Formats: sequence, C-alpha cells, structure tokens
Amino acid sequence: MQESQIDWTFLVMAAPFLAAFVAPLLKRLLGSGASWILAAAPAAMFVYFLGLIAPVASGSVIANGFAWAPSLQINFSYRLDGLSLLFALLVSGIGTFILIYAGAYLKGHAHQGRFFSFILLFMGAMQGLVLADDFMTLFVFWELTSITSFLLIGFDHTREAARRAALQALVITAGGGLCLLAGLLMMTGLVGVHSMTEAIALGSSFAENPYYLPVLILLLGGAFTKSAQFPFHSWLANAMEAPTPVSAYLHSATMVKAGVYLLLRVHPFMGETVPWMTILPLFGGATLLAGTLLALRQTDLKLILAYTTVASLGLLVMLTGTSNETAILGALVYLLAHSLFKGGLFMMAGSVDHEAGTRDLRELGGLGLKMPVTFLSGLVLAWAMGGLFVTLGFFAKEAMYEGLLHGEGTTPVTLGVAVVGNGLMFAAAFAVGLLPFIGKRPENLSGAHEGPIGLWIGPLVLACLSVAGIVFAAFTQEALIGPTLAAVAGARPHPDLSYAIHVNEAFAASCVTWAIGILALLALRPVRRGLAASLDAIGWGPDRGFDQLVNGLTNGSAAVTRFIQNGDLERYLSITFTVLALALIVPLVVFGEWPHVPETFALAPHEWAVMGLAAVGLVAVIVAENRLTAIVSLGIQGFAVALIYMLFGAPDLSFTQFMVETLSVVILALVMTRLSLMTADRRNYFQRAKDGTIALACGIGTAALLIAVTNQPFDSRLSDFFAEHSRTIAHGRNIVNVIIVDFRGLDTLGEIAVVMITGLAILALLRFPAPWRPTRAVEEEK
Amino acid sequence: MEGPLALLVGCFFASAIYLMLSDSLIRILLGVTILANAVNLLIFTAGRIVKEVPPIIPEDAMVPPIATANPLPQALILTAIVISFSFFAFLLVLVFRTYQGLGTDKTGKMHMAEEPGDPVPPRGY
Repeated sequence: MQESQIDWTFLVMAAPFLAAFVAPLLKRLLGSGASWILAAAPAAMFVYFLGLIAPVASGSVIANGFAWAPSLQINFSYRLDGLSLLFALLVSGIGTFILIYAGAYLKGHAHQGRFFSFILLFMGAMQGLVLADDFMTLFVFWELTSITSFLLIGFDHTREAARRAALQALVITAGGGLCLLAGLLMMTGLVGVHSMTEAIALGSSFAENPYYLPVLILLLGGAFTKSAQFPFHSWLANAMEAPTPVSAYLHSATMVKAGVYLLLRVHPFMGETVPWMTILPLFGGATLLAGTLLALRQTDLKLILAYTTVASLGLLVMLTGTSNETAILGALVYLLAHSLFKGGLFMMAGSVDHEAGTRDLRELGGLGLKMPVTFLSGLVLAWAMGGLFVTLGFFAKEAMYEGLLHGEGTTPVTLGVAVVGNGLMFAAAFAVGLLPFIGKRPENLSGAHEGPIGLWIGPLVLACLSVAGIVFAAFTQEALIGPTLAAVAGARPHPDLSYAIHVNEAFAASCVTWAIGILALLALRPVRRGLAASLDAIGWGPDRGFDQLVNGLTNGSAAVTRFIQNGDLERYLSITFTVLALALIVPLVVFGEWPHVPETFALAPHEWAVMGLAAVGLVAVIVAENRLTAIVSLGIQGFAVALIYMLFGAPDLSFTQFMVETLSVVILALVMTRLSLMTADRRNYFQRAKDGTIALACGIGTAALLIAVTNQPFDSRLSDFFAEHSRTIAHGRNIVNVIIVDFRGLDTLGEIAVVMITGLAILALLRFPAPWRPTRAVEEEK
Repeated sequence: MEGPLALLVGCFFASAIYLMLSDSLIRILLGVTILANAVNLLIFTAGRIVKEVPPIIPEDAMVPPIATANPLPQALILTAIVISFSFFAFLLVLVFRTYQGLGTDKTGKMHMAEEPGDPVPPRGY
C-alpha cells in the first residue's frame, strides 16, 4: 500500500468519534436539544455518501489507506463499492433519525449525554466496519461494535436484566469475533491475502484452496453470532433491555446486519460452493422459522419486533446461501426495506410505550384516533413489512420467490420455508403496526396522546421512504441496488425494479404467504397460547443455556480454586516437594544419567567425624521431644556445617556460620521460653511414612544430582578471573572478600538492604498489637 | 572427593523437607533453618572441594601460587548465610506473633481470612 493522503472519507469515518467526544459537553450546554446538533454529524455523512453514488454507480471502487503497522503488513484502509455504500447510507441515514428520536425519548434522563456518546461511538464503529478493506481494520471495527453495543445494551446498568443482556451480547458477539479473527489470520498467514480487495481478486479460485473450509467455518462463526442466527439468537431478544432508540438502531441498520454484510462481502470469493450452499440455507432457514414462531408467542411489542428481526436475518442468510443472483437481489432489496420498516416500527413501538406507558399487546387498543400520525406510520410500516403492494418489501418478496422458484441452488424446502416464514412475519407486522390502534380502548389509556415531533418524525420519514423507494424505482435500482448486486454477485444484471404486479408463479407464492399471514393474524390468540404451551413444555432454550454456561463456569472455577488453593499449607508443601522430587529423579533415570556413587571416599578420620556430627544433629532435631533438645540439636548441625567450611578452605564462611548459628540459638531460646510450644511430632504413622517418603526422595534426588554435577569437568573460568584480578585490579589479597566488597559490591548492597527491610518488618510485627481474633475452630476447641 | 559431601547434602535436604511437611509451625521453622544450610552446602560442593587451602594471595604474590579453594561459591554463600539468617529471624517473629494472635501453632487451623464453612459470594450479573 502506497503512502496516501488523508482524504474526505477518512474525515467522515472519524466524524462520529469526534461527535461522541463533544456530545456530553453539548448536552450539558444545550440540554436534550443537543440531539438536533449532534444529528448533523450523521446527516453530513449521509450527504457525503449521497455524493458518492454517481461514481460508485458508474462502476468505480473508491479505495484508500495508509500503512498502520508496516512490519506486520497491517494497513488502515477503506474500500467503497456498491455494498459498502448501501450500508454506509443506511448507517448514517437511519442514525440521523435515531439521534433526533433519542433526544426526545430520553429527555430528562440523567445520563443522556453519555447515551449520545455511546450511540455515536457505535455509529462510528459500524461505519468503519462496512468501509474497512484491510482485514485488521475490519476486525478492529468489528470488535468495536461488540464493545459499544455492550455499553448501549447495559446502559440502564442499575437493572440486573440489562446487565445480563449486555454481558450475553458481549460474550456471544465477541466470542464470534474471536472466530472471525482466527479466520482472518488464516487468510493473512496461510493464504497470504491481507484485504478484501485482494481476496475479491482471488475470485472463485479460492474455493480450491485447502484452507477454504476452515476459513469459511471461522468466518461463519463470526457472522452467525453477530447476525443472531439460531442457536445464537438469544442475545438479540435480550438486547431489548436497551432504551428503544438503541433497539431501533441495532435491529435495523447496524450490528445485526454486520454479519449479513460480512456474508455478502465474502460472497464473491467464498460463495457458490457446496459448503456455502449447504450451511447457510440450513442455519438461515432454521433461524427464520424459529424467529417467527418465537415472535408470535410474545405479547410485548418490542419483543415481537426483536424476534421478527431474528427471522429476517435468517431469511437474508438463507437467500445469500443460495448464491443465486435473483434471490440475492431479493435479499438486497429486502435488506434495504427491512432497515427502513424495522427501524420505523421500533421507534413507533417506543412512541406507543412512551405515551401509553405499556407495550403489552394485551393492554393496548384503540389508540388510532389519539395518535394519528403514529398510527399512520405504523400502518404503512406494517404494510411494507408484510410485503404488500407499492412497497420495497413487495418487490423484495417477488424477487426472492422468483429466484427460489427458477434459480439455481435452491430446493422446494427452501421455498416452503421462505413462504411460511414470510407469512408468519406478515402476522407479526400487523400485530405490532395495527392492533394497538384499533379495537376498544382500555380505560387507563384515555390520557394517551401524540408525542412531540422528535418521537413521530422518525417513523413517519422511514414509512414514507419505504414507499418512495419503490415509487422512485429507477433511482433505487441504478443508485443503490444495482451497484450493490454488482459488488456481491459480480455480474451486472439489470433488475427490473418496479411496483408493477406480474401475475406469475412468484405472485402465487405471495398470495399463499398473505393467506398464511391473515389466518395467523386472525387466530393470533390461540396461536400464541399454543406456542407458549409448547415452548413451556420444551422448557429449555439457548437463553437458559447461557445461564447454565455462566453458572457452570463460576462453579467450575470455584471448584478448581477450592481444590488447588484450599488453604492447607501441608497440601501445598506436599505437592511442591513431590514435584521437586520427580523433577530431580525422573530425568536422571529416564535419560540414563543416574550417577555412580564412588566406592571409596578419600577422607581423613576427623573429616568423617565432623560429617557424622552433622548427621547426628539432624536426626536429633527430627526426634526432639522438647524445646531444649530441639534448640541444642539445631545448634549441633549448624556448628558441624561451620566445621565443614573450616576443613575445606573457607575460613570466612566458617566464621560467619559460627556467629549466625550462635545468634540463632540464642534468639530461638529466648523466644521459645515464652511459648509453650511442643516440638514433638504430632503426625500419625501413615502421615509420617508419606512425608518421610517425599523427603527421602528429595534428599536422594538432590544427592544424585550433585554427584552427577561434580562428575562433570569443572569450568573454572570465572573463578580464575577473580583469582587473577583480585590483587592486580582490586588490590585485595582475600579473594572472597574482594568479590563481596568490590567485584560484586552491588549484590552486597542488596543483601544489606534485605537485612534492613527484614529488621523493619520484625520491628513492625513486634511493636504493634495484633488485631487478630482466634479462629472459630480454635475457639471451639477451647 | 565430593561424594560424601553430596550424600550429606542429601541428608540435609531430606531432614529439612521432612520437618517442613509437618503441621506444626515450630517444626516448619526448624526445617527452614536446616534448608538454608542444605542449600549453602549444595552450592559449596558444586563449586568443587579443595582441602585446607583458603583463597588468599600471599604478601609477595600477585596471583595465588598454588591451587586454592574456589572463591566464587564462598562469596555467594557468605551473602546467602546473612540473608537466610534475617529470613530466619523474620519467620521466628512471625511464628511468635501468629501463635500469640491465633492461639494455635497448627497450620491446618489457621484460616482467619476464609473459614471453611463461609458461604460463597452471591452469584449474579
């Protein structure tokens, strides 16, 4: 990558982060009205990306970047093609309305400034993710979305449910992120591809690469967790714990679409293979059905919408998995439509909640006249979500059915799943967009009325766009969908995007879809009861599985800690010395280096006597029954050691050892006269045998090691150096002393420091009274 | 030449470890004291043994005229003796205060920080 200049796109990528930085300050200065100013950031980004439509639609790819860590071949680079542009427009466009909406929704919240900051950070992360070209750039933004979504979901951090939801989202999506990282590292390390541009250049030849399958599975691990595919979907429903603006944003344009984005992005070089066309439809289809069924089971408006998002993501994954151009066209149009209607419906549900004080379907009704604008938006959005005429959703559904009917890579099962799933989503759409506004109004809702402009402007605009998208079909096609399809499917087909109705097989499938939807809507109560009963009968789901996993981890680590760190000094020491004995003995035996013990010892009788004395002292310490014996025998072995030093040419050591032993014995005697401590061994015979074995093994091991060491030729270079230079350089005749005070003077300084610190510690221990209490066990004993 | 000393070092280690494996504080203290001697002798022996010739240069020479004992391990041990002595003193006072404060010299009964029956901290998010 050549060095390049900072261009406008980099500034646009940085804009949300800068806005996040000033957001709390603006909030403090201007109150919740700051949202209108802050919304200028995404709005400006949106306008900037609108300006890029013309060059991108003409087929050019805008890319730029600079070296980030050249030694690791990591760059910070972006790549703007049709796909990136579509997502960038969605992120910034919907983000604008989300910010305005949040200004009204969270008005008066103590931490609104913080909320603005978080959501702008999230926006920036998402923006970076869809623009990133270099794999590491992509990964950094990918994880940044996980972290910022953690902050947003757990925004209401005083509630346990919110904390749990945030943690769950983080564990699942960041865990998937690690999969993605592994996959990307395989791409860079084993395949030698560092960016999307390079990977796309590989094209379909990558499918023959031996690393294709592992890379595919790892990337899918990242995409499926992020896009909440079954069985990783539970975090998305729990993310409803976040304030509504977050739900609306997370579910429509961002976060959950990141996984779908990744799949579409890698489709040119990973798609159209057997694993791709097996795994994706399988997981996508299962997610679609599970999502719709779970949605119809709910009564909470936001939860219904959350599960339909899961279902929509399943549909998108399934369609991407067919690798069939017409189906992918349907998926892309659906993606655009979904961002609009789902974002709008969430904001609408939040407005209802805000005004009526509840979002439970069973307690809502008859709000239509009280909240006409919200009702109108909700109806249009549901209309779009149901895929009815003159909406983007309608065209999306026709295109996907066309692809599934006549294209390659599909089966009748895929089509059936799509029809049933869409039908049930139709029911869910009108349950949310219609039911709260019609029927009899409960008494307690008489005070509900239309909210402030901030609350209804977002849903209204998005509802209008859902229709405008198809009314201005030529623009949608040429500017948005066409270039995106070119980026995903490689080819440049001309989709016939229009609101015209063609009566054909696809339309027949649509009619079946609507029939299913209307039936499900009419029978909503029994369907809900049946689903609830059967789900309760199963009684287990990934959500409970997550709790079990977390509890299992906590219990497991507690058990391991109790086992390893049980607070029993004897056990610690036993383990330590057993390992020491094994480490000493096993290598000597295994490598056949067990030393020969010399048969004759060239020692004079007085030397034997001294060593015998030491041995006697040791035995006496071990068997000592009272204090005096123990102290005296400890002294015996110490003085014997001093004598050994004396015999073997170390008078300095001998002198020091004599002094230290004398002092030790005196101090020990002084202290022990104050304590009525028994030195006798309290262990039973079994323990003695066990400890004796360990001790003996250590002793034998040490002796064997020492003999083996002394059997080796001696390297005397260092000692010779000191002998040679101690007089010539350091002017001292006692070589040991010269080493201590001169050559290794700093060591001696350290030694003195140790002695001083120990002295201080002893002083502290003796001077201050112990604040301790006797332990319970000891008290009981008394 | 080093053989007998090596065996003696083994005895020192075995005795020290046997004492340290006990559950009585005072025996552990005795064990630690012996362990210090054991390690010092280990270093001493590993540096090879020369009988009765201390590493001292005569008045009229610039380098030792005959082979002397190895000065390097001696210097190391000299430092080690002093440090192990201060360690011994610290441990002794610690044993003393522990016994005064907790009223027991059995290591198995010292669990002031965490009683065995203490309830685990609450689980949650």
